Amino acid sequence: MKLKFLYILALLFSLNSYSQIDTSLLKRTPKDSTKQALNMDAVYNRPFLNIGKTPIAVGGYMEANWQRLSTDGVSEGHQFQARRLTIFMSSAISKRVKFLSEIEFEDGGKEIAIEFASVDVELHPLVNFRGGIIMNPIGAFNQNHDGPKWEFSDRPISATQMLPSTFSNVGAGLFGKKYSNNWMIGYEAYFSGNFDNSIIENEENKTFLPAAKNNAERFEEINSGLPLFTGKIAVRNSKIGELGLSYMGGVYNKYQDDGVIIDTKRRVDVFAIDFNTTLPKVKTFITGEWAWIKVDVPETYGQQFGNKQCGGFMDVVQPILKSTILGWENAVLNIACRMEYVDWNVGTFKETGGNIREDIWSVMPAVSFRPSSQTVFRLNYRFQKQTDILGNPPASTAGFNIGISTYF
Amino acid sequence: MKNSFLITILLSSVAFTSCETNYTEIPADDTVLDGTVEGLSHEESARFLRGDEAFSKVFTRGTGLGPTYVSTSCVSCHTGDGKGHPSTILTRFGQIDETGNLFLNQGGPQLQNRSLPGYFPEQVPFGATFTKFTAPATTGLGFLEALSDADILAMADPNDMDGDGISGVPNWIDIPDFVIPSSNAISQNGKYIGRYGKKAAAHSLLHQTANAYNQDMGITSIFRPIDTYSHLEIDPEVATSTVNDVVFYLRTLKAPIQRNQNDAVVNQGAAIFNQINCTGCHKTELKTGNSPIAALSYKTFAPYTDLLLHDMGSGLDDNYTEGNAKTYEWKTPALWGLGLSGNSQGGNFFLMHDGRARSVEEAILMHGGEATASKINYQNLTQSDKAALLKFMKSL
Repeated sequence: MKLKFLYILALLFSLNSYSQIDTSLLKRTPKDSTKQALNMDAVYNRPFLNIGKTPIAVGGYMEANWQRLSTDGVSEGHQFQARRLTIFMSSAISKRVKFLSEIEFEDGGKEIAIEFASVDVELHPLVNFRGGIIMNPIGAFNQNHDGPKWEFSDRPISATQMLPSTFSNVGAGLFGKKYSNNWMIGYEAYFSGNFDNSIIENEENKTFLPAAKNNAERFEEINSGLPLFTGKIAVRNSKIGELGLSYMGGVYNKYQDDGVIIDTKRRVDVFAIDFNTTLPKVKTFITGEWAWIKVDVPETYGQQFGNKQCGGFMDVVQPILKSTILGWENAVLNIACRMEYVDWNVGTFKETGGNIREDIWSVMPAVSFRPSSQTVFRLNYRFQKQTDILGNPPASTAGFNIGISTYF
Repeated sequence: MKNSFLITILLSSVAFTSCETNYTEIPADDTVLDGTVEGLSHEESARFLRGDEAFSKVFTRGTGLGPTYVSTSCVSCHTGDGKGHPSTILTRFGQIDETGNLFLNQGGPQLQNRSLPGYFPEQVPFGATFTKFTAPATTGLGFLEALSDADILAMADPNDMDGDGISGVPNWIDIPDFVIPSSNAISQNGKYIGRYGKKAAAHSLLHQTANAYNQDMGITSIFRPIDTYSHLEIDPEVATSTVNDVVFYLRTLKAPIQRNQNDAVVNQGAAIFNQINCTGCHKTELKTGNSPIAALSYKTFAPYTDLLLHDMGSGLDDNYTEGNAKTYEWKTPALWGLGLSGNSQGGNFFLMHDGRARSVEEAILMHGGEATASKINYQNLTQSDKAALLKFMKSL
């Protein structure tokens, strides 16, 4: 009896293992992630694997790199870094109801976050409902941040250290698009979870919006009790490029507790402009964004915590070779350069009238090789200067980074 | 052809990046204030780094900041271990003579002028006199601590016996229980010599550091357990080992290194510095005694201070004092690192106790009291001699 049971079990296992390696079950729906639709389409413009005839598709991307940097002649040495492993899962629940999600494991699993998990309901081509964990669409990078799309291992400083990149919250709102000949216009508008006091109470010793990402409670509680509004409008002409204008704002502080007013309502307001274009004939791709932040910082604070910030980046990518290389068809070799700047504290000192600094600029030339549109090998060289709040001699950082990023 | 082009790029990239080159230059040792004294053991160097990290730690509400405070970290005021900027200036109030501070029960001596949301910052009480202090540089402090009391007293001349118009005196202060005087410390009526602070009101680096955690950042420790806001004793918000590591860091920060030591004009300026008797207070050569840190024992150093209090005249009398000092008396500030002040003050000079002097020359001209003769001597110098003196001072 026992022997029969073991035979049956072994048979089942063998069938199961056969089915696991049956590649016909996994149907790839490739996407050329280098082709630009509107930035807001990025969540739909990802390569997925469909599992048989199920309505579920999975995908993702990973990024890893070697890096060696030095600051003022001091280096931490060689570093191998598992930047992130991101898994997408989507499902067409019905013809006009879709579910999309993105779960990210950063730094080898040190940080795990549900970055995106929303249900999209099409009411009309111009009016779609989205609800769940949404990515606040401020600027372009937050919407369109998948590693394999970029020629640089590092995310832009302005997107990670000023605007919170991949800042997601529970929320809901509407989005839509309209096409007309060469023109495309899209909008997004959401109410969501909000920032909190950590943006002015943090160990960065400056006004720092990304600190709010560390507050896991934002997925169940808004510190101020008032939602954050995020809205974006984008226009694209297939011959010119895309221009996006976005705004995000709300009351961030806990101004009342137990029904008692304990502070004035303090707002954070963020404005961003983004653009991208591909120059005809030479195929130079240019993308960038610039953002301005205004934060109501209590008067009882020192000027270390600024009430205005600004910064942005611009990437220029030039394909120099597109051919069959090492057996890869349509492989592309690019040269690229990223220029970026952030000023975390715009203003002047009350005591001296001198300029408050706390800024950084960086230039990052790069070479990238794409054996396919979904995989990129990158060699980046960074040179940056970071100045402290007082404007003392800046810290110089430079070094190389070699990495790979690929969808799977 | 294309393949070899790509392979060439890849191989040259790997070759280029794999070398052990540092891609940025290390600043010359004499252009920065941070760095260790020479001769630390590996264990001492590791402790120095722990202290350095703690010195840079930013406190928040969650880690004990405030709720009223002056700054969020040590390094916010002592940027690059150099002199502080007016934006981080602090206010002391409530004491007008050696009988003590009359406003201790109203938050004296230090004003916590900033606060977390939901709390009022402290205000100077009605009737209290006050002064403002910019943060001093923190380099070379271990050498000053390792100087013996006997050597400090040897420089004192309370009755101006040598007739040079300079009569330095130590600030005899009460020390808190947690400060253990060294075995060769000299006391007078139960009081000990102060070495740190603009009025020399702190006896040792532990004394200074524990006060700074408490008064500047609102952080309690086993040494200073009273919360500056509630005035109640609370659990320590910083570990004793961390405070001790910071003290070790301050002890073992190197002394600033003079630049352009072979420059003829600089040497001419050094001679003039001596000739017009700046050296009457700004001593050019001192020697440490025995120190538990071997790298600090029996070392000759040039701090350009005598650690004594001097009458600086009515122009610098802010009607506030500490310890046994008079309101017009100030401890001779160390001049080492003076030329690098701009590197921690945003490219400018903010000199004297509150940053009121915007240049070295302005600082000289603000001297009064015991330094009047030297100031007049300076005013009588030729333009080239003045320039040489200033060049020398900026080389420090």
